Amino acid sequence: MDKGKHYLVGVFNDEDVLLHGVEHIREKGVRIEEVYTPFPVHGLDEALGYKRSRLPIAAFLFGMTGTMLALTMQIWMLGFDWPMIIGGKNFASLPPFVPVTFELTVLLAAFGMVGTFMIVSDLKPYKWPRQFDIRSTNDKHVMAIDLASNKLSKDEIARILKENGAEEVNEKNF
Amino acid sequence: MIADEKFEFTSGAKRKIVYLALAGVFFLGVGLWMAMSDGHGGGHDEHAAVVNQSLVASTNAVGAEPEAAGGEHHGSAPWLKRLYTSLWHNNVFFAGIGVIGLFFIAIQYAAQAGWSAPIKRIPLAIGHWIPIAGVMMVGLWFLVKGDVFHWTHHDLYVKDTPGYDKILDGKSAYFFWPFEAGGFPIFYVIRMVAFFGLWYLFFTWIKKEMLAEDLSGNTAHFFSARKFSAIFLVIFGVTSSVAAWDWIMSIDTHWYSTMFGWYMFASWWVTGLAFITLIVVNLKDAGYLKMVNSNHLHDLGKFVFAFSIFWTYIWFGQFLLIYYANIPEETVYFITRMRTAPYSWIFFLNLLLNFVLPFLLLMTRDAKRQMSMLKVVTPIVILGHWFDFYNMITPGVMKGEGGFGFLELGLLMIFLAAFLYIVLNALSKVQLVAKNHPFMPESLNHHI
Repeated sequence: MDKGKHYLVGVFNDEDVLLHGVEHIREKGVRIEEVYTPFPVHGLDEALGYKRSRLPIAAFLFGMTGTMLALTMQIWMLGFDWPMIIGGKNFASLPPFVPVTFELTVLLAAFGMVGTFMIVSDLKPYKWPRQFDIRSTNDKHVMAIDLASNKLSKDEIARILKENGAEEVNEKNF
Repeated sequence: MIADEKFEFTSGAKRKIVYLALAGVFFLGVGLWMAMSDGHGGGHDEHAAVVNQSLVASTNAVGAEPEAAGGEHHGSAPWLKRLYTSLWHNNVFFAGIGVIGLFFIAIQYAAQAGWSAPIKRIPLAIGHWIPIAGVMMVGLWFLVKGDVFHWTHHDLYVKDTPGYDKILDGKSAYFFWPFEAGGFPIFYVIRMVAFFGLWYLFFTWIKKEMLAEDLSGNTAHFFSARKFSAIFLVIFGVTSSVAAWDWIMSIDTHWYSTMFGWYMFASWWVTGLAFITLIVVNLKDAGYLKMVNSNHLHDLGKFVFAFSIFWTYIWFGQFLLIYYANIPEETVYFITRMRTAPYSWIFFLNLLLNFVLPFLLLMTRDAKRQMSMLKVVTPIVILGHWFDFYNMITPGVMKGEGGFGFLELGLLMIFLAAFLYIVLNALSKVQLVAKNHPFMPESLNHHI
């Protein structure tokens, strides 16, 4: 029992009950680690008190990297490394570079965002996700509470979960 | 939560609009005076004599037949040409915003969009400009055709004369069919009348359904409005493109671009979206539209942001091909605009106002959800696209004689005042919120 993590898992049937439950349970001082739902529940992020993702900032930075890379590459190639006259234009004329710059911006922003998301979410090959309750992929909302990070006792948390609409409260150890 | 709301067009607001119009008249007067004194002090005598002569002729004949002076295409005096060009420019611009009001509603119905249910009355009010724009467009066309539309001159189509233009003669059926080239452009005028007629017809049909829904609460109105909208979208797809060729692209008669229909539509559309957003934000500021929250504003902001980029995409798609192909008959269009003295700064300002600023200012989520940023960006977009239309129309007509000053600004203010008066007046006549709209509950719970 000492090794690994010990979780209390609340199973909810209805998303409205879940949404209000989350608010009340957090008010009672219980720390919720994560809630797994079979479909997006609007307002759940706010109820759980999640901060806004900083992924857009990462996307912007990756995008700017792509812009710089594309412009540097093209100006160096067509302006310095191997200057060619195309259609009577200057060696490094900007307008024809725009499509490539756009594409590389999008490409790096997209790949960078996916990569960042995977690293932040700890998704990688051969990583087996912790399955708190298999029914969260079907019709139940599942709330995971890490006992180690809570001051309240296991019985007390179980009671609070039951009071706030949890249909079942199970234990899960990893 | 859905209360009966009615917009009150207060005397204070009316007074402000009248002041705007009066300031516009003053600016126009100053601009005309400046342009006229410019024409007299032109320098070389021969030119001044011609200007004087046609000045006399055209002041006698304002409103009647300015093309009578156009034997050798000197046309009217520069100041009068400038006035005509600016009138045409403003009318095309505002006609576009008017019809975009209807187009916005049609898209919402055809897509069965729920979020927009509480703000649909604003584009409906904007649509009330369509008949006025139509009457003015036809009237103005007869007034300005000799100066603005080079292809209307008869002598271009007379074979074996110095004025004969083989290229235009080849295109003449597009304007003059089924009559002889150089006569009355019956096909062109019928198209103009038919477009406005169709737009107005669909506007009245859709409006009727929307207002009937308020009283009966029957969903049948929603479905028939959806049917009209779907038909209108098909019609608008064709008419907006042809309108772009007719009313703007035919000014630069020899030049053509296959992107042009899209280009003008993109400009109209994003201006209309900015106008709708601006009115919604101001109504909210005045205490109306309580059910519109930052989620709805976010959607409107995304529309303005996305279609600013769409406009840039079309702009660039047109520019890059012409730049790269480097065919003289195509590049002349951009050389007039980029390199010629009075237009160069407007050409680049166009990109700044319509792409760089909206792109950077509206990029973040918070900027789209807060009214303060939308209040800054939407006027920039509206003014920017007014410059875009200036850039499409004026250089083609005025060539080196054009200018930008009090005359153009004054006319913009007069048109804007008239437009705002019609729109706000129409808005105050009906319920501000369609309380029986079937998607209203969905819109109240809208969350993004």
